[in-house]
Amino acid sequence: MSGHTEVGNYLTHPKGFWSWVTTIDHKRIGIMYMATTMTFFFIGGIFALLVRLELLTPGLTVMSADTYNKFFTYHGAIMVFMFIIPIIPAALGNFFLPIMIGAKDVAFPRLNLASYYIFISGAALAVWALMAHGADTGWTFYTPYSIRTNTSVVLVALGVFVMGFSSILTGLNFITTVHKLRCPGMTFYRMPLFVWAVYATAIIQVLATPVIGITTLLLVMERVLKIGIFDPALGGDAVLFQHFFWFYSHPAVYIMILPGMGIISEVIPVFARKHIFGYKAIAYSSLAIAGISFIVWGHHMFVSGQSPLANLLFSVLTMFVAIPTAIKVFNWTATLYKGSISLKTPMLYAVSFLFMFTIGGLTGLFLAALSVDVHLHDTYFVVAHFHYVMMGGTVMGLLAGLHYWWPKMFGKMYNEWGGKISWALIFIGFNMTFFTQFFLGYLGMPRRYYDYPPQYAGLNMISTIGSWFLFAGFLLMLIYFIRSFFSKEKAADNPWGGKTLEWQIPSPPTEHNFHETPTVTGKPYDYGVVKL
Amino acid sequence: MNHAVTHPVPHHFDSAEQAFQASKLGVWLFLVTEILLFGGLFVAYTIFRGLYPATFHEASHHLNKVLGSINTVVLICSSLSMALGVDRVRQNDPNKAHQYMLLTLFFAVCFLIIKYVEYTHKFHEGLLPGAHFTFAGLKDDPKAPLFFSLYFMMTGLHGIHVLVGMGLIAWVLIRSNRGEFSSGYYTPVELVGIYWHLVDLIWIYLFPLLYLIG
Repeated sequence: MSGHTEVGNYLTHPKGFWSWVTTIDHKRIGIMYMATTMTFFFIGGIFALLVRLELLTPGLTVMSADTYNKFFTYHGAIMVFMFIIPIIPAALGNFFLPIMIGAKDVAFPRLNLASYYIFISGAALAVWALMAHGADTGWTFYTPYSIRTNTSVVLVALGVFVMGFSSILTGLNFITTVHKLRCPGMTFYRMPLFVWAVYATAIIQVLATPVIGITTLLLVMERVLKIGIFDPALGGDAVLFQHFFWFYSHPAVYIMILPGMGIISEVIPVFARKHIFGYKAIAYSSLAIAGISFIVWGHHMFVSGQSPLANLLFSVLTMFVAIPTAIKVFNWTATLYKGSISLKTPMLYAVSFLFMFTIGGLTGLFLAALSVDVHLHDTYFVVAHFHYVMMGGTVMGLLAGLHYWWPKMFGKMYNEWGGKISWALIFIGFNMTFFTQFFLGYLGMPRRYYDYPPQYAGLNMISTIGSWFLFAGFLLMLIYFIRSFFSKEKAADNPWGGKTLEWQIPSPPTEHNFHETPTVTGKPYDYGVVKL
Repeated sequence: MNHAVTHPVPHHFDSAEQAFQASKLGVWLFLVTEILLFGGLFVAYTIFRGLYPATFHEASHHLNKVLGSINTVVLICSSLSMALGVDRVRQNDPNKAHQYMLLTLFFAVCFLIIKYVEYTHKFHEGLLPGAHFTFAGLKDDPKAPLFFSLYFMMTGLHGIHVLVGMGLIAWVLIRSNRGEFSSGYYTPVELVGIYWHLVDLIWIYLFPLLYLIG
């Protein structure tokens, strides 16, 4: 196209609004995904703050019970379907996966853009339905209540169906890209671990998402045509809905966490200046998690009237997930050993990930144990566990990645002190908000309840105050990220000394990533030979 | 574009062969998702048939086996003509390929017409899904409507896939009419062919499961 002459970077070349909305450049699509999903993170976060605010004191604090039911549904549905599922694969994955394997773009660039617009349409439909008519089923849409409630379940479910389609297309695109577009010398064992993680995620996206597609479609038909498949009153089976729903939604939590783990595998070797310990073990454990994720869904139905044998099997299978997960955690920790550790903001988040994700993972084992689950099921213990994995895990991974790649994506460096203070606020706020909820759950406070007896008041108050720290931390982050755009200073091409391909090209990258197709001759974290 | 023999290779691929292989892998992955989409319905079918075997047996007698069989033959023929079309374009005979694809489209239309006749008949008799079921003959069996819910969901979703397939074949026909395809470039023909075979294959399972039980 423009030959080998000096071309502008992808942000400014070509120019204009129209060139952005019609772009097929994976980097621009990644940025568009990032702007969109981070906006949803903000909206979902506001609802979380409101839910926590209502729970500050027993009884009515600021809103009615109906409003509260709607708000926790908005928080859950927006965070799950519009933020945490797409954010890392579709935003950072889109941007970095092709570059990390030395490709000029993903395999199907136009499909990539289409999947963005499909996502936007689905999200718009769901958000419009939520705002105009509300929904009070939680993000799980359990039948038969979701068939009877007179809120707009149909439109929200259709929105989820459409967004699922977008997720499938992204996964399909990534699998094909990894198989067909690796540059010369980029063997599977030379791929950065982020690529392995996004690849494993893509497999789950392709295999699991169609099932939520048919489930939401059946739910829509249930309401529109009264087909009765999930409705006991018409001969159907309400628990079947739960099976269908979790057949997707359990693997989906690995769609959420695996890419986060991938980012941790990138950040730790770079900031410890060491080759990653157990490269193959980490790579294969991603695939193992993807595989096991499909045979554990029944642990969501231990108290839904599943057979004791099924309960037993699902309990044991669920514990298997701990094996590949622990392999990762041990290998990351071993990488730190005798490393030259630099605690820059990305590394602070990566280390927080190790702590908080481990808490989230281990409490998952409590819930996988049958007898313990009977006590803890549907209590705040589950809420705390889930948030330790999703926020303590995925969001920490995301924030590590966002800071790590910020200079590459925008050519500007954020303020390091701002980053550290914001990290401290988020770390403290997060643990205040959610560690207390382990106790609340253990003491028997059920999730999703509007009101609680006075003995839970103290812990609830600490939790709510923690949520304000979290908010302050994110607000500060927003400020220094925006400020970095106006900074005169350009970030270096490789400020952290990364060895993977994205650090060997200019910041921000040019439109086609590489002037010449690179040839890879070594491993991605080869710090044995780095000269500093 | 009119008499272009060579198709430009997209910028991010090194060769036409690489682009072709990538597209094929993409479509195969897409078919996997289609199978899982239908998989949910097959699972629901299996569970309810396992729970109420007698009901399913009885209810399936109210489907028209003759029309169902004819439609099976029609779809198999359409798959054959599609395969022949792909083979012809590979052998650099795009005109013959065009004719075969027209034939495929014709079979697809036949399939939908027959399906329309079947559906109309079911509507008429009140053999409808779930709460809308009014057929007097099976009134005593409270589970019978479930069978028809599944019947309409499964054949309905399949019918939508037939429609999409027809749209895709029409799109390929238009491009073929412009002379875009040859043995050097026929990716869309191949991909639409693969998709069409899946549409056929799903019906091959639907037919015995719904029409021929008992």
